Amino acid sequence: MTKPIDPKPALRRFHQARWDEPVIFELSTPGQRGVLLPQVEEGIRQEAGNVLASLPSCLRRKRAPKLPEMSQVHVLRHYARLSQENLGVDLNIDVGQGTCTMKYSPKVNDQLARSPKMSELHPLQDELTVQGMLEIMFRLEQLLKEISGMDRFTLQPGAGSSAIYTNIAMIRAYHAAQGQSAQRDEVITTIFSHPSNAAAAKVAGYKIITLYPDGDGYPDLNALKAAVSPHTAALLITNPEDTGIFNPRIEDFVQTVHVVGGLCSYDQANANGILGITRARQAGFDVCHFNLHKTFSTPHGCGGPAAGASGVTEVLAPFLPVPTVEYDGQKYFLDYDRPQSIGKIRPFYGVAQNMLKAYAWIMSLGADGLREVAEVAVLNNNYLMKKVLEIRGASAPYARGKRRIEQVRYSWDLLSQDTGIHSEEIGYRAADFGTHYWTSHHPYVVPEPMTLEPTESYSKADLDEYAGILAHIAEEAYIDPQIVKTAPHNSTIHRIDHEPFDDPASWAVTWRAYLRKVKRGES
Amino acid sequence: MTQRLGLIVNPLAGIGGRVGLKGSDGVAIQQKALALGGISEAQDRAAKALQALVPFKDKVKLFTPPGEMGELAAWHAGFEPVVLGSIAPGATTAQDTQRSAQDMQRLGMDLLLFAGGDGTARDIYNAVGTSLPTLGIPAGVKMHSPVFAIHPSSAGWLAVEFLFGPTAHLQEAEVIDLDEEAYRLGVVATRLYGTLIIPYHRLMVQNQKVPTPASQSVQAEAIAAAVIEEMRPGFLTILGPGTTTRAVAQRLGFPKTLVGVDVITRQEVVALDVGEARILELIGQKPALIVVTITGGQGFLFGRGNQPISPQVLRLVGKENLIVISPSEKLNALQGQPLLVDTGDTQVDQMLSGYLPVLTGYRERVYYRVAAQVEL
Repeated sequence: MTKPIDPKPALRRFHQARWDEPVIFELSTPGQRGVLLPQVEEGIRQEAGNVLASLPSCLRRKRAPKLPEMSQVHVLRHYARLSQENLGVDLNIDVGQGTCTMKYSPKVNDQLARSPKMSELHPLQDELTVQGMLEIMFRLEQLLKEISGMDRFTLQPGAGSSAIYTNIAMIRAYHAAQGQSAQRDEVITTIFSHPSNAAAAKVAGYKIITLYPDGDGYPDLNALKAAVSPHTAALLITNPEDTGIFNPRIEDFVQTVHVVGGLCSYDQANANGILGITRARQAGFDVCHFNLHKTFSTPHGCGGPAAGASGVTEVLAPFLPVPTVEYDGQKYFLDYDRPQSIGKIRPFYGVAQNMLKAYAWIMSLGADGLREVAEVAVLNNNYLMKKVLEIRGASAPYARGKRRIEQVRYSWDLLSQDTGIHSEEIGYRAADFGTHYWTSHHPYVVPEPMTLEPTESYSKADLDEYAGILAHIAEEAYIDPQIVKTAPHNSTIHRIDHEPFDDPASWAVTWRAYLRKVKRGES
Repeated sequence: MTQRLGLIVNPLAGIGGRVGLKGSDGVAIQQKALALGGISEAQDRAAKALQALVPFKDKVKLFTPPGEMGELAAWHAGFEPVVLGSIAPGATTAQDTQRSAQDMQRLGMDLLLFAGGDGTARDIYNAVGTSLPTLGIPAGVKMHSPVFAIHPSSAGWLAVEFLFGPTAHLQEAEVIDLDEEAYRLGVVATRLYGTLIIPYHRLMVQNQKVPTPASQSVQAEAIAAAVIEEMRPGFLTILGPGTTTRAVAQRLGFPKTLVGVDVITRQEVVALDVGEARILELIGQKPALIVVTITGGQGFLFGRGNQPISPQVLRLVGKENLIVISPSEKLNALQGQPLLVDTGDTQVDQMLSGYLPVLTGYRERVYYRVAAQVEL
């Protein structure tokens, strides 16, 4: 306890840029313009006539939109400054956002997706003029079928939760087709499955039953046996769970639900630790889904839009969203003639750029490469776990002593009891070293949680640096907790009040809402 | 603006812990603890909490009882407290704590800090109830009540945040009563005793695993709505003690005794604070539902604080008419331990063991393990 803290540890120091940048609407100066367009020449004006009059009146604005009025350089400065206040995936060792699979996404795939060949496509184009894109969608489906063992896929969902909703909507349609939709009104999940499983099923109208782990920290098969009944519509389960623990009895889980007539949906949003190793089909699942933006590198978070892909067995294929992409031996086409389909899950056909990026990523790796991704991700994770568990105050609850798959949900409970420092505050302090850190979904089941997922992308040196930061902060917590308690010291925002996050009345997610709620007195 | 801060130290808090007495309630145990060489760390802990307030010394007017009940800790931390009342040093009692707290209440405090354990929290509750914000500095042997900061310094940080910062809010928190006599015999007997109003910051109070108080109250309302849907016409509903069950009555616009067992229907309050005999009389005439929540910090379903819902009542009502409700964070706080039943009737305990559905939200249930009271 008397050892002084080295004032200059061998850690990367970070100081976030602070620009005190107003909201863009507050930067508006009436009359300022980015580009001054030349007056239309008289000849052209006469030839074209009144262009606006040719627009239907219902499409014409009554008033000009209230956009900020700014010069081009002011707009550029504004966004460049905001980008400097960010802590992004290309800036830090991004292993701290566990469950999100923050892998490195090759820039070549981004370039491909940004090329005019892709960016100038329009979803309303005639099928015959987008054969290339349809072919990629068709081929990507074949690849995902091979990876999962399922019979058909849809690429339409716009995100992981959207894919889970697609899954439960197909399951609901299946039970309705059996005349059992009224009877089967319960969905079972586990507390360490991604919470979107419970949320999406609830949106679909189901009652939710959640199972807690058994004494050893594995999903509790006896609890499942107590919970299943003729009311069971489905089991929605993640495996490995958010703890990184693989369910060794997953086949028993599936069988238990099948016996009572329920279906099983496998949340493989994050399949990074099992690519080429296990398949949903072999465990007996009826439905599964992947997040292209996690496992398939398209990439995750604010690096780009999300995309989900849902796979089904032949039995459930009639319920897939429309359209499916088919090939008749000569051309690719969109098939809307699917009478049992659940319909559309989002406009058009899905996030096309992500499909292209996922396809390119899979093809660049090949089957052996995919398996190597999983092997390296698991190796990295277990290496990092060993380093982290050497830190005073850290532990990995449940299935103690066992290895994890692609991530670990750690606990700082010991450190917290010793020092009064909470996991979230370790995250605030981590920002001073230029790294991101995440606790867990709420409510916290593991006390003082931290979830790390190193993926296959980070080197040993990266992992050592990240573990070094955690070790340093833990030492600070024991020796001089005030440093951690008052962190972050080098960021644009110090501490915020979380209370309003749960109070829709205090949200202002648009400028208009801000004007209504704050500017006009009702703060 | 100067903030008025009260500080009460229970100088005997925690002395039973180190010498293995599992608590420090009552003069006899305190003398035994002192004889065994027990030392209270309450002074140090209170002073440690005050450290965080030192930079705000000019903006804080600190009020304490004399000597070891707060004055010493205040001087030790560098404050010049306003000293209230008088005590007999060396043998302060629960009455001293209560009288001091009432003095503070009369004078009006922005916040009252108290250093002690569950017993001290009960004294504070007895004295001032929910009339002013209070916060516990953990210094006792047992702190099952989530009215304590997780650490002495957290108490100081939270006081600063509440008095001078923007991010602390007020929240109702449970005071847990634990029967020390039974505890020494190896039986955990916690029950809800009352509530205090505490400044809340999710990073500084123990046993709080929800993101914000707002989400907690939304969850309580969701559970209440779910229960009301289950309240069938023609059935009585027997509501056990607790804030979670209270939300059910409140949603119907009814009063509810916080620590008692009440009987209601959707339309009316049938009886408040009933004993076993009255319940048996009522359910002799009508079918009933039992709605209970987990009592105290140990995860008890029956046998702690809700004894009017006796084995005979449980037999007559039946397991199928039992609705267990709980905010999910209370289940999470059990850290995998099963819910416990100790009705005094082995057969009834057996009937309730296994897996029971626990309502944790609207149309949301958890299948959770239930076991008969196990060895500590």
